[in-house]
Amino acid sequence: MMNELTKLTVAEIRKGVAEGTFTAREVAEGFNANVAAAQDALNAFIVATPDKALEAADKVDADRAAGKPLGKMAGVPIGMKDLFATKGVQTTAASHILEGFIPEYESTVSQKLWDAGAGMLGKLNLDQFAMGSSNETSYFGNVISPWRRKNGGNAAMAPGGSSGGSSAAISARLCPAATGTDTGGSIRQPAAFTGITGIKPTYGRCSRWGIVAFASSLDQAGPMAQDTRDCAIMLEAMAGFDPKDSTSLDLPVPEWEAGLDPDLRGKKVGIPREYRMDGMDADVAKSWDDGIAWLRDAGAEIVDIALPHTKYALPAYYIIAPAEASSNLARYDGVRYGLRDLPEGAGLQDMYAATRAAGFGDEVKRRILIGTYVLSAGFYDAYYTQAQKIRTLIAQDFAKAFEQVDVILAPTAPTAAFGLGENLDDPLAMYLNDVFAVPASLAGLPAMSVPAGLNREGLPLGLQVIGNRFDEQAVLNAGLALEHRAGFTAEPEKWW
Amino acid sequence: MSVTREEVAKIASLARISMDGEALDRMVPELNGILKWVEQLGEVDTSQVEPMTAVIPNTLRLREDVVDADPLTGGGKRDAVLANAPAREDGFFGVPKVIE
Repeated sequence: MMNELTKLTVAEIRKGVAEGTFTAREVAEGFNANVAAAQDALNAFIVATPDKALEAADKVDADRAAGKPLGKMAGVPIGMKDLFATKGVQTTAASHILEGFIPEYESTVSQKLWDAGAGMLGKLNLDQFAMGSSNETSYFGNVISPWRRKNGGNAAMAPGGSSGGSSAAISARLCPAATGTDTGGSIRQPAAFTGITGIKPTYGRCSRWGIVAFASSLDQAGPMAQDTRDCAIMLEAMAGFDPKDSTSLDLPVPEWEAGLDPDLRGKKVGIPREYRMDGMDADVAKSWDDGIAWLRDAGAEIVDIALPHTKYALPAYYIIAPAEASSNLARYDGVRYGLRDLPEGAGLQDMYAATRAAGFGDEVKRRILIGTYVLSAGFYDAYYTQAQKIRTLIAQDFAKAFEQVDVILAPTAPTAAFGLGENLDDPLAMYLNDVFAVPASLAGLPAMSVPAGLNREGLPLGLQVIGNRFDEQAVLNAGLALEHRAGFTAEPEKWW
Repeated sequence: MSVTREEVAKIASLARISMDGEALDRMVPELNGILKWVEQLGEVDTSQVEPMTAVIPNTLRLREDVVDADPLTGGGKRDAVLANAPAREDGFFGVPKVIE
């Protein structure tokens, strides 16, 4: 019974709990067992919180027995990316500098999920400060994807990043859904790598309050789950105006789940020609063509569109995101919280420098240095101002496209998952993973990844749907249309 | 544009990250690789383009001008603020001596 419950979707768990087919406690126990059994092999969690999951489940079961109304996520245990501050539970951003940090407050998004009846299975591993595309920059070790190459031996595969703990945990059924955050693809690329679904909403939909900041003008939380419906349900629970975040959108939260409609007749889907790059992976190109055919089959008209500044998005991102990171991460100084490294006889400045040297990983240092450089006197205009102007052009490209089309279809990532260690020596090769994901981030647009099939190595591929600002519904609807036609049911063969 | 070892040392010092010679030797070519790559942005004529300031237009809200209107910033949180401090003394953050 328990094992069967961990195969269910969010919608199925919520329904079964509400109807009394099983209890929330049974669900939580099932997932707690899966989390514990997989920890040594997959390292998806930094901290497991089985008691929290049970406590939340018991409350839902008691509320149901008392005839009280149940929330949108009632009885659903989830994984929480360890970038969200959780009161009384260590929150590290997968860094040494925050090891042992126990927040005195709860992030807005996690609080909303608990208020909706969800429970916490644990804090999920990620790339350090969400900087990475393979989960190899975590201070707490690599996350191992449950997927393996067909006939490729037992090489450990990357679960994607930065939300790699989230993606690995969902695809291995350690949780039915998890939170992610996306700065330049950190929800979509790991979702694509592991055959799951994830959506980054419009910038400002989900409050950033209590999320460890990386690049504040780009950071956005979103759900990761097995399918589109689950993402719609969970996003409804996560989104909403928050006066504690100055960039929070003061808009009502649409009923995305109720609005789901895979009939795309009368809709137009843009295919950006600049995304079809020279030397494109043949399997990725084929899955994109499949996606075009599926959306046409769903009734949509396919339109060729131009996003002329696409090639400049990634380099612009690697100025803007590090610039904001260098500023945001200045707070880690060894004074107020987190690690302190105080060498014998050191003064205050030496303490800062020693603490930050000991507490940050290589990728984080690299980005802080790039950010410090591009913001420094004499270089600010050439790098940072130019990048922000390019960002304007990229947003204008999308705005023009959305005068013509309802959504845009593209691959999520340029390849399927790669093996751990394969891209570690060259930071630029790693950055290229997000070449299709970053443009929508720079423009603040909602974008989602849906599983499209397997490549010739038996690894999942994702398709990306990008929508106009505030139009998550069109993104989810196109995602659902793809999901129905892709019929993706592949699962990693259990070895953990 | 490329950066020298001395310039990287200066940047690291500005960023308050202590780096030994070996770390600097590793970082110099990595930073230069990234800087060389982002230089392609210079190809784009942006003379008529405004830099982006807000990706989604929004207005900056002000809180009510009332003492303690906001429970987060209204005070009375000393112990919570200090709870994670690496060193605390008499209700303050403890730091090494700053003034000689």
